Amino acid sequence: MFGSAIGPLIMPITTAFKTEIERISILDEHGNFDESLGKDLIPNADLVRLYEAMSACRFLDEVAFKLQRSGRMGTYPQNMGQEAPSLGAAYVLTKNDWLVTCYRENCGLFWRGVPMESILMHWMGDERGNAIPRELHCTPIAIPIGTQMLHATGLAWASKYRSEPHIACTFFGDGATSEGDFHEACNFAANLEIPVIFFCQNNFWAISVPGKIQCSAPTLAQRGIAYGMPCIQIDGNDIFAVVYAVKKAAAYTRATSKPYFIEAVTYRLADHTTADDARRYRDQAEVDIWKQRDPLIRTRDLMKKRKLWNDSKESDLQERLGKEIAAAVARAEGIAAPDRTDFFNYMYSELPSDLIRQRETMHTHSLGQDPSQLPAGAAMPTATAH
Amino acid sequence: MANLNLVQAINLALSQEMERDDRVIILGEDVGANGGVFRVTEGLHARFGGTRVVDTPLCESGIIGTSIGLAMAGLRPVPEIQFEGFLGPAYDQLCSHAARMRTRTRGAFTVPLTVRVPVGGGIHAPELHSDSPEAIYVHQPGLKVVMPSSPYDAKGLLISALRDSDPVVFFEPKRVYRAFREEVPEDEYTIPLGKARVVCEGNDLTIVSWGASVIQCMQAIEKSGKSIELIDLRTLYPMDIDAVEASVSKTARCVVVHEAPLTGGLGAEIAARIMERCFLQLEAPVQRVAGFDTIMPYYKLELDYMPDSARIGQAIQDALAY
Ligand SMILES: Cc1ncc(C[n+]2csc(CCOP(=O)(O)OP(=O)(O)O)c2C)c(N)n1
Ligand SMILES: [Mg+2]
Repeated sequence: MFGSAIGPLIMPITTAFKTEIERISILDEHGNFDESLGKDLIPNADLVRLYEAMSACRFLDEVAFKLQRSGRMGTYPQNMGQEAPSLGAAYVLTKNDWLVTCYRENCGLFWRGVPMESILMHWMGDERGNAIPRELHCTPIAIPIGTQMLHATGLAWASKYRSEPHIACTFFGDGATSEGDFHEACNFAANLEIPVIFFCQNNFWAISVPGKIQCSAPTLAQRGIAYGMPCIQIDGNDIFAVVYAVKKAAAYTRATSKPYFIEAVTYRLADHTTADDARRYRDQAEVDIWKQRDPLIRTRDLMKKRKLWNDSKESDLQERLGKEIAAAVARAEGIAAPDRTDFFNYMYSELPSDLIRQRETMHTHSLGQDPSQLPAGAAMPTATAH
Repeated sequence: MANLNLVQAINLALSQEMERDDRVIILGEDVGANGGVFRVTEGLHARFGGTRVVDTPLCESGIIGTSIGLAMAGLRPVPEIQFEGFLGPAYDQLCSHAARMRTRTRGAFTVPLTVRVPVGGGIHAPELHSDSPEAIYVHQPGLKVVMPSSPYDAKGLLISALRDSDPVVFFEPKRVYRAFREEVPEDEYTIPLGKARVVCEGNDLTIVSWGASVIQCMQAIEKSGKSIELIDLRTLYPMDIDAVEASVSKTARCVVVHEAPLTGGLGAEIAARIMERCFLQLEAPVQRVAGFDTIMPYYKLELDYMPDSARIGQAIQDALAY
């Protein structure tokens, strides 16, 4: 009505926001290498070390699988096919930057210095596997999905608070991006300006649930956009792309104290864990395609092309890894059984008296009654045995 | 009649109720083509389709929160939480909404959902796959809490839970899942919520337990050579305290056994109820055999944590010594 005197008013439709997500691939599965991005990214000597690290992780994975199948280890989540993402990050970041992981980051943890036997012990049902030296700046494997990104945010916040230059890099799967905690972490880090790299390993599956149930947008990377973070998608089976992205993210994060989001597109070549049977829900044809995209194969081929590697070096490596990993298994299995009262000992800085009583009487009394209240002559304390 | 284990009995209850009532739908992580990580929903996706057996995003709060909406709209959702250790994110929706919707709305809305949750230790599982948090949910007014120990009971109790008009947390003891089989009728039957089962009769002492611990209790009773009455509560809320009273009034002695930690555990509640109702008949203080007040250890030590027949046997001796 008001506009009628001066004719109809047309408000122009403007673009409130528009974006693009870069996708980075430097060394693809066919051996193509992008010189412009990849030229001086990884020196040859380092490339060999990175390849050896991926091979070690793969070897351990196969050994762990056999240990589980022969009853020497509990449920184990294989990392096969996903060696590059955490490794590239650990390679780029400094030892004071936090690695906040779930369970598919063995390769990066080993690079950082976590002993193989620690990871084995964890899955062998032994808490001592989590006693990671503090100076490695790695948090213990997080079991509840999607929760650890908030801890990364707090850890990096503490660095910022102390005016230290350290950042945190936290890893999680595609499934984890559905948990509320993931979104909370992004929101905290972005709005409070905390230097965290959110590193999503998109392997297309969360156990049997396909990625489209977790995210209807074309990329997971763009989840970061909603929080105002720069985002990038990379080929997660390409160690060069990982190194490129983490360098870029770390530089940005350190300079601005703001978070950055990386989506690494990868694939788990094994079952979800040894308790899973992926044939129930995914096609072998899909697995076969991804076997061709194996991060180890393309790295090895490039090294051969550059005359850094040959078959005899490969067999030497496999032989060396065989010995090293057998030794790690021997250390994990050879450690003395934990004391049967062990699970009391780390409950509090000072154990409350009632817990002390529970610990002292755990093998002689039934727990539910103070021994001093038993009538005279009752309860011959008998140590129970299994 | 078929000879079924716990997994199969629960599967049978689900499929029969889905057949009978199209308001029943299953949702959760990996419940579809994969049939759940314990295969409890095996075959249901193929039979009833993806609109009734729904793989959800990986989000426990979302699973329970949307179940509340589905239930308020008149459906009968049966959400699955993959392990009890992942109830954490769902706690808010369960306790802040499901449990209180009827009360808040003066009955205008109800939340007839049944959350199925594998529970407890003893299967060599990783961290947060072996806990016993039942007391937390019993303590939340507005929820019903069930934990069967046998295939027969599981089928009848689950059907009752699905037909109940209030939210039920249905804990399934993992250690029992494939431990044994028993005859489970194909025909429809229900076991009322809130009614305990006398597993075996006796005169010297009463043991009250539930879930996987019932099996440890049976072993302890056999070893003891005494005449012991074993009560499997089956439903933890509402609790059949009449059955406990009747038994303890007869035997005058009681041992309560649970896997969950001692302090604030249901053993304390049961002991207090016995004091209230049977004080004058008691010959001995009520004994508790429970998990310790520690974090459930990783599996190398889990058997040191969990009540076993030796510890239960000790409590039996102690109670009989008075
Ligand atoms: C809170 C929580 N819910 C459920 C689980 C059980 N669970 C373990 S791994 C997993 C799938 C994780 O998928 P994703 O995040 O994509 O990681 P991926 O295993 O593919 O590396 C599920 C549902 C869990 N560990 N934590
Ligand atoms: Mg995944």
